[in-house]
Amino acid sequence: MSALTEPAVAPGAPTRVPTSRRVAKGPRESPLSQIGAMTVMLVFTLYFLIPIWWLFIAGTKSSSQFTNTNPLWFADFNLFENIGDLVVYRDGVFLKWMLNSAVYAGAGALLATLFAAMCGYALAKYRFPGREFLFNIVLGGVLVPATALALPLFLLFSQVSLTNTFWAVFLPSLVSPFGVYLTRIFAAASVPDELIEAARLDGAGEVRTFFTVSVKLMFPALVTVFLFQFVAIWNNFFLPLIMLRDETLFPVTLGLYAWNSQVNQIPELRGYVLIGALLSIIPLIILFLLLQRFWRSGLGAGSVK
Amino acid sequence: MRITKRAATVALLTAATVALSGCSTAASTSDTAADCAPADGKVNLTFTSWIPGIEDVVDVWNEANPDIQVAVQTGPNGNGGTYANFFNQLEAGNAPDLGQIEYDALPNFRVQDGLVNLASCAGVLDAQADFVDWTWGQVNFNEEDAVYAIPQDSGPMAMFYRADLFEANNIAIPTTWAEFATAAEQVRATGNYITNFSQSDINQFAGLVWQAGGTWFGNDGTDWSVNLTDDTSIKVADYWQDLIDRDLVSTQPPWTTEWDNAYNTGAAWTWNSAAWGANSIASGAPDTAGKWAVAPSPQWAAGDAASGNWGGSSTAVFTGSEHPYEAAQFALWLNSSSESLTMLNESANLYPAAKAGLDLPVLKEGVAFYGDQPIYDVFAAASSEVSADFVWGPTMTQTYNDVSDGFKAAVSGNGTLAEALTTGQTATIEALKAQSIPVKE
Repeated sequence: MSALTEPAVAPGAPTRVPTSRRVAKGPRESPLSQIGAMTVMLVFTLYFLIPIWWLFIAGTKSSSQFTNTNPLWFADFNLFENIGDLVVYRDGVFLKWMLNSAVYAGAGALLATLFAAMCGYALAKYRFPGREFLFNIVLGGVLVPATALALPLFLLFSQVSLTNTFWAVFLPSLVSPFGVYLTRIFAAASVPDELIEAARLDGAGEVRTFFTVSVKLMFPALVTVFLFQFVAIWNNFFLPLIMLRDETLFPVTLGLYAWNSQVNQIPELRGYVLIGALLSIIPLIILFLLLQRFWRSGLGAGSVK
Repeated sequence: MRITKRAATVALLTAATVALSGCSTAASTSDTAADCAPADGKVNLTFTSWIPGIEDVVDVWNEANPDIQVAVQTGPNGNGGTYANFFNQLEAGNAPDLGQIEYDALPNFRVQDGLVNLASCAGVLDAQADFVDWTWGQVNFNEEDAVYAIPQDSGPMAMFYRADLFEANNIAIPTTWAEFATAAEQVRATGNYITNFSQSDINQFAGLVWQAGGTWFGNDGTDWSVNLTDDTSIKVADYWQDLIDRDLVSTQPPWTTEWDNAYNTGAAWTWNSAAWGANSIASGAPDTAGKWAVAPSPQWAAGDAASGNWGGSSTAVFTGSEHPYEAAQFALWLNSSSESLTMLNESANLYPAAKAGLDLPVLKEGVAFYGDQPIYDVFAAASSEVSADFVWGPTMTQTYNDVSDGFKAAVSGNGTLAEALTTGQTATIEALKAQSIPVKE
């Protein structure tokens, strides 16, 4: 993949990086505006990082120190004790929630990506009547917030007795209109018709062409779709809130919310909510770090055309 | 956090309203109670409650009653989404047999025809004697031959106070609200506040009005009346407005770290709260262990004995349940057997609504955090002093939001508490009309 992103260097061009970099630079910025820009960026970085820092600090404190010590600095380091308490609380229901979230988000995002890829590819590479109409409907789907669909989905799932089941949350997660949009744009740009022609001449069927040739070319877009969908499902809250009554099916967002709504009367839950929230963002951070070099290139796709 | 919660509530209520306005046939099954008879054979019930650990209580029932098996479902607390879900489920026809509903939300379910009248189920009317009088008023709305839920827990109010600080500064424990205001001046002179006026817990304020003898709503069988601005409510509002104006009470948002911290560091000395509040102080202000005590709420006239209530919930049977008889039997056991009440108190600090529950051994012991005072004796006495006349309205979420907006403005110097009540009064009447609920003006 790196071959795609590296700038092409003409043979014989000077390879001394420092000089070429200096030459390539545009008009000089005044130090003042640089400092200004850096300050603004610093302020916003802090703005985004302080809540996470606070969450981390809060997670390391015992409940008695939580209220009477500096909220942004360490007191006694109880992080591992807190995690231990959380994990055993009510027979480890928190771990069950994390596992549920991982299944909903992992399997859901994988299948959603596959479906979006097939749909986007078909819309980009095959000509059939009503193609633009279909695509416009999908585009319209991007505009409809998932929250607005939750209640109609609840009534539909009630009709077929699927509420309060795994499927009630999993099936709606498989739909990603944004994924279809992105994969269509990307397939049109990155999968040459000639290559598909060549594959057909070599005797490959359409399905085989898709999986062996096109998917590889569309990979950066697919990673992006996967990541977006994973995050969307992991953070999805309203749909499970409406659909699920069985605690063992909850994703971690709903579970923590349910605990948080009890804090007034059962104050010890506050500690569990905090440490649980801290643990629940770790999978997202790991995923972002692992996939960032793919999704950055995917995100840019379709922006310049 | 408050904003998110509020946004979620609004979104959920909108969703619920959409669901309900789509169709109004949910009432068709409301007369099931007329044939409240035992079923033949084994019955399976579903029960939605958000009390942590209630599964263990239900397991005890299931063990003893192989023919009536109850499955527990759960979710966030009522206003956090479970009520909206109940309305959605009633609409979709798959509501659970039983659900936990707080007293202030019951009228809303009642006007939407979501509750089975259990009065004809064997043993339900007779059970009235087992429950504290005012809690029964909360579930029958003072109607004849009506029982729309079985009372579960209650929140009779009393005054938590820092015994050590009052003593060290030679300030008398106030027994009337006039003395409370005087004590507030004395406490302020030490640089601290006597208490914190909770700007968003309208429920607590309602408890204070309840104690003063006010009633916010009334229902004569056909029409609702709204009295947020009667003389009693205005008297209570003006009293607190005066303390706020003179900077004699702090106004931190409740249930926040600053709020905990004020109690933990001795910056706030009293809290007029419900029985379940004992645990909030103990866990929010751990450094002050042993220094607190509980006294009856200050009275409006010396020698009176009146108390208010803050919180409490009931177990209701939803229309559409095929087994109201069995559901009622389970609800009665859940909320009046000492075994169940003890477990509910241990797992979720529920303070019982059943008379027998007030004498549970676990509620007779001295509590170490409160200097080994048997504090629940004070709450048991308070519970018997709560007026049975107070009625909640059918649109409480909206009323709370409107009044709370006004209260928040008032503590920051814009408007007064009394004005907030006036706004709430107008908005509530409009909300009732908008839902076609008959209302007297």
